[in-house]
Amino acid sequence: MNSSTVQEELWDIEIEPHSSLFKLNLQDVWRYRDLLWLLVKRDFVSFYKQTVLGPLWFFLQPLFTTIIFTFIFSNLAGISTDGLPQPLFYMAGITAWNYFADCLTKTSTVFKDNASIFGKVYFPRLIMPFSIVVSNLVKFGVQMILFFILLIYYSSTGGNVHVNAYALLFPVLVLEMALLGLGAGMIISALTSKYRDLAFLITFGVQLLMYATTVAYPLSAAPERFYAVIAYNPMTPIIETFRYGFLGQGSFSFLSLSMSFVFTLLVAAFGIIIFNKVERGFVDTV
Amino acid sequence: MSVAIKIENLSKAYQLGEIGTGTLAWDLERWFARVRGKEDPFLKIGEANDRTVKGGSNIVWSLKDIDFSINQGDAVGIIGRNGAGKSTLLKILSRVTTPTTGKIKVKGRIASLLEVGTGFHPELTGRENIYLNGAILGMRKMEITRKFDEIVSFAGVERYIDTPVKRYSSGMYVRLAFAVAAHLDCEILIVDEVLAVGDAEFQKSCLGKMEDVSKNNGRTVLFVSHNMGSIASLCEKGILLSKGRIEKSGSSAEVISTYLKAHQVGNQGDLINRLDRSGTQSHKFSDILFFDHLGNPVQQVISGTETSINFFYQGNTALDRPQLKFTIYNRTGQPLSHFDSNLTVTPLSPLPNSGIIRCAFNKFPLSSGFYTINVVLVNDGVVIDYLIGAINFNVLSGNFFQSGKDVTVMEDISLHDHNWSVIK
Repeated sequence: MNSSTVQEELWDIEIEPHSSLFKLNLQDVWRYRDLLWLLVKRDFVSFYKQTVLGPLWFFLQPLFTTIIFTFIFSNLAGISTDGLPQPLFYMAGITAWNYFADCLTKTSTVFKDNASIFGKVYFPRLIMPFSIVVSNLVKFGVQMILFFILLIYYSSTGGNVHVNAYALLFPVLVLEMALLGLGAGMIISALTSKYRDLAFLITFGVQLLMYATTVAYPLSAAPERFYAVIAYNPMTPIIETFRYGFLGQGSFSFLSLSMSFVFTLLVAAFGIIIFNKVERGFVDTV
Repeated sequence: MSVAIKIENLSKAYQLGEIGTGTLAWDLERWFARVRGKEDPFLKIGEANDRTVKGGSNIVWSLKDIDFSINQGDAVGIIGRNGAGKSTLLKILSRVTTPTTGKIKVKGRIASLLEVGTGFHPELTGRENIYLNGAILGMRKMEITRKFDEIVSFAGVERYIDTPVKRYSSGMYVRLAFAVAAHLDCEILIVDEVLAVGDAEFQKSCLGKMEDVSKNNGRTVLFVSHNMGSIASLCEKGILLSKGRIEKSGSSAEVISTYLKAHQVGNQGDLINRLDRSGTQSHKFSDILFFDHLGNPVQQVISGTETSINFFYQGNTALDRPQLKFTIYNRTGQPLSHFDSNLTVTPLSPLPNSGIIRCAFNKFPLSSGFYTINVVLVNDGVVIDYLIGAINFNVLSGNFFQSGKDVTVMEDISLHDHNWSVIK
């Protein structure tokens, strides 16, 4: 009898119907860290396989969007860019926004996209959304190179651009965008795993959110009627700080940035918990 | 011997019909029941998983009150008809899905192969996919690097290792995928019917590898298959599942024979209703039975005993120039022997409308194993009824050579009387 009670404690894995909401198995995630890097590598390599230009294609999207925005918002609509060179102003917003939006949309379909793998083999499911965020970080990094090229060009040709100490907040901004995209994406993924309806609204919702963020216009030019919505949108302080640090223009305040950061942490924590909850039963409902 | 897997009271319920439409109200009801600490109202009305009977409720128990434990180092075969709950059990063990009630305790790392090549990306090279797939299955990068050469040589794809796997033949693809999984470092290996893919040679090397894993490395193996032959050769123990419950557990030979008996009873009368047949079908095979020397039907043939194969057929006319041919295949589909009533000294005599055609053996010439028969009835050169895979049958080890010894190094082979001598 004694030996069996000793044995009871030696089980490595216990499979049970329900588990605590807060049991996140983070040590398991850590054990699978190699998988994270390999998934990131897969995403990156498979993107440019059989292309001639390779990773240069990452430049295309922000470049075209910048050209279109410059044409429509600046030239046609005549919206102010806070006195900044127009392409630089738009590219700053677009590059940062794209990172957040990619994290959000990709994470929100993580169950649907990986149903075949999730249905066949166990690994900590959190690895998948994490790998999405890191994969997009690689893409974001490449796109930042384009932004820096443009930045150097405009500063050397005497554009109204002043890089300042607030640019050092950049890592914090990246972390915040990653966590916000991840958290919101995971919440949506959890909701859509059973009720697919929400999935149809995502693309539309992300676009709407972009116009509620200061991507195509500065906060100083935000319309009075929507000012509150725009200013309290957690993405707005991020993009404003980004512009302020690298370009020297924008509405920066520590208060709004901290508020947005706290909100981000809440979203991320809630996202991880709800994701873990849904992940356990997802295979049966998908 | 210590217990590697302990399963207590395991049940799994599935919801039938559509999920996600009109279920919000039910979900709320469920949630409310749980909040009050009551039992889930939708699980109470569940019933056994018999897919042939239309049930009254929307919930079906794919597994119900499963209770068993597996010792370390055992190779256990899990058998049962489609829908018996085999795959559900493996899925829960692999932690792909969760049980509805009950608990499983496991000692050691589990590697499960519910499918070969999970997560393979067609654009990536063989090398990149080995790393990716290995990591998905739970290996560290270091570990994969250490075993890389072994994996590549087991798969036999040295030349193609830096080619994207989308250019691989399907055989190469499967070999590579199995090789990765077979080289996992784990204490428990779970394999679900993956050997159904790939050619005969590959299947043999997979079985060999699994045998090696279970017998020489002392690892625990759980194996689901419809191939009784490979279960018999690989596993000492067996568990027979039926409608989500354990019908029998014990030695694999015992369990297999229980299964085959139940299965053959289910098959009786089925043969005549099969649609995958060709020929004029004026006469049809209705049953194929093995009789022993006393004329009693047997479920399993014993190697080397006096046995007859009896082909029952039904029709409305007599056949005056009949010919019956059949071929016996082993589990991998290789033909072993061919029998043709026109080749023997006395051909078949004319057939009545319905009857039995018997082919008798003084000593049944097959070793222990699992076999399939293709059979065709011909009259005057016209095919009357032709069935591929007409029946599957099991042969048990026997005393073919009358020496008390039997072939043990191989299964599924034909045996021949012969004599040895030394010429000086």
